[in-house]
Amino acid sequence: MEALLALSIGVLTACGVYLVLRARSFAVVLGLTFLSYAVNLFLFAMGRLAIGQPPVIGAAATHADPLPQALVLTAIVIGFAMTAFVIMLALKSRAELGNDHVDGRGEA
Amino acid sequence: MSNHLVIAPVLLPFLAGVVLLALRALPLPTQRVIAAIATLGQIVLAALLLNAVSGGDILVYELGNWPAPWGIVLVADRLAAWMVLTTALLALFALLYASGGSDGSGRHFHVLFQMQLFGLSGAFLTGDLFNLFVFFEILLIASYGLLLHGGGARRVRAGMHYVVLNLLGSTLFLFAAGLFYGVLGTLNFADLAVKIAATPPENLGLVRAAGLMLFGVFALKAALLPLHLWLPAAYAAAAAPVVALFAIMTKVGAYAILRTHTLLFGAEAGPLADLFLPWLLPAALATLALGMLGVLAATRLAQQAAYLVVASVGTLLIAFGLGSNDGIAAGLYYLPHSTFAAASLFLLGDAIARRRGASADFFKTADDIPRAGLWGGLFFMSAVLLAGLPPLSGFLGKFMILRAALAHPMLPWVWGVVLATALLGLIALARSGSLLFFRSHPGKTVAATPFSPMRHELVPIIGLLALAIGLTIWAGPASDFARAAAVQLLQPAAYIGTVLGGAR
Repeated sequence: MEALLALSIGVLTACGVYLVLRARSFAVVLGLTFLSYAVNLFLFAMGRLAIGQPPVIGAAATHADPLPQALVLTAIVIGFAMTAFVIMLALKSRAELGNDHVDGRGEA
Repeated sequence: MSNHLVIAPVLLPFLAGVVLLALRALPLPTQRVIAAIATLGQIVLAALLLNAVSGGDILVYELGNWPAPWGIVLVADRLAAWMVLTTALLALFALLYASGGSDGSGRHFHVLFQMQLFGLSGAFLTGDLFNLFVFFEILLIASYGLLLHGGGARRVRAGMHYVVLNLLGSTLFLFAAGLFYGVLGTLNFADLAVKIAATPPENLGLVRAAGLMLFGVFALKAALLPLHLWLPAAYAAAAAPVVALFAIMTKVGAYAILRTHTLLFGAEAGPLADLFLPWLLPAALATLALGMLGVLAATRLAQQAAYLVVASVGTLLIAFGLGSNDGIAAGLYYLPHSTFAAASLFLLGDAIARRRGASADFFKTADDIPRAGLWGGLFFMSAVLLAGLPPLSGFLGKFMILRAALAHPMLPWVWGVVLATALLGLIALARSGSLLFFRSHPGKTVAATPFSPMRHELVPIIGLLALAIGLTIWAGPASDFARAAAVQLLQPAAYIGTVLGGAR
């Protein structure tokens, strides 16, 4: 499971970085989304991977760490709001500048 | 319980923002009054907080009364209170300028403004890494809205870059915070400091990577070379009162670098001690040099002021990068000075641009502006402050930095760059002053256009300049305080002890 998770985080990050470096705003927004997925998984993994353990001390022999879950929730909420904002900004930029190039240049 | 004072500067702008959002249907003048009262209250709270910590106490506020490594804490020490007060004073004048009419050119200006203050105060007062992230996000979200305030193609284009870069920065921040938690099992600054110093050798690489990622994020916020490219475009495009408030934004990055450098990777961090220092000073020197070249090459006053912000961040981080008591003290004295001076130049640039009609603030020959003597005089004062000429606070700050560098092995570089860029800045500002005020079509004055009442522009500009002059007149107490704050920062044991409840 560790290898699978590490691979998913790595692939998501790589895709995210590649897309963020594109010249069209839609690709950039997708790239940011990929990156935020990657970081959410990463944060989650930082509490160590465990299955079927309660996030409460004393309820079982071992317990899962609840803090990364709280961190991930916060990060998801912020990431979601940011994605919504950046999509609106990209649309506005398309409307104001007449194209979807990140620098607002026409055909390049 | 004087401890509630610690959370008050965070709560007040938040509540004011919520109230303003609920009352958004009210006419603008009413909103302005509410916002001004809240900002005045913020100044009072910040001054009380500064007074409470000036004796060297470190105030800790435990939210929900959960003790420190587990609960969320807010911590006020000299540095935090200093930053909160600087922000509040700056905000008042930015708000006054905005109340001259530019707050009406878009929606929700005052709500966003208070939320920005909320994020700024929170970032300065928070005692753990994850809440630093959260407050960074709050101030960034508000700043996105403020940057785009008023709309227009130029703002949207600059805003797109600004937002995307900062979102990338936030992602990197989360990676760093996650790594810290994964390796060390805590996010509380004081607890992190203890655990970093005791990192087992097999984890040193991971912690070092997390620390440098964090440094990268803060360098992006501070616009340190080579991560400064977003700043000139964004600052030159945004509305004047917004940029005046943004003068503190780069200082948040500088603050975060200083805080993590002294607390987490200070002299007591064992093998990880001074992790940032090999990067900080060279990057800061390069930032100052490049920023000043930008000042020289600028074609508009707003652009020039934006490059001056880059240069002032360079100067500030040179001071912090010296790593010594004197260096940090000099930086802390220079910080409010450069903030107020840069903000006054942004506001002046806007006021001058409005009077020059189509020529705006471009450096080219145009008709005389009405009352050029007054505006020219204010510009002259602002330029003297920013170029660091005697007798004003810019000179004192730079002098303190140069003196602090005396014992540093990179002395020739620091002196060379700081003095050479001071000369460049002087030439550039003198040139722009003469282009704006002297090289005009003789005898022709710009046709009277409907200006907003002049006091709305003069009061904030003169107020900001007066603050800088205040820093000059009371340079003794201010630099004593800065020195005490530096001493406190370089002895993190007291901070750690107070937060982790050794005293309770």
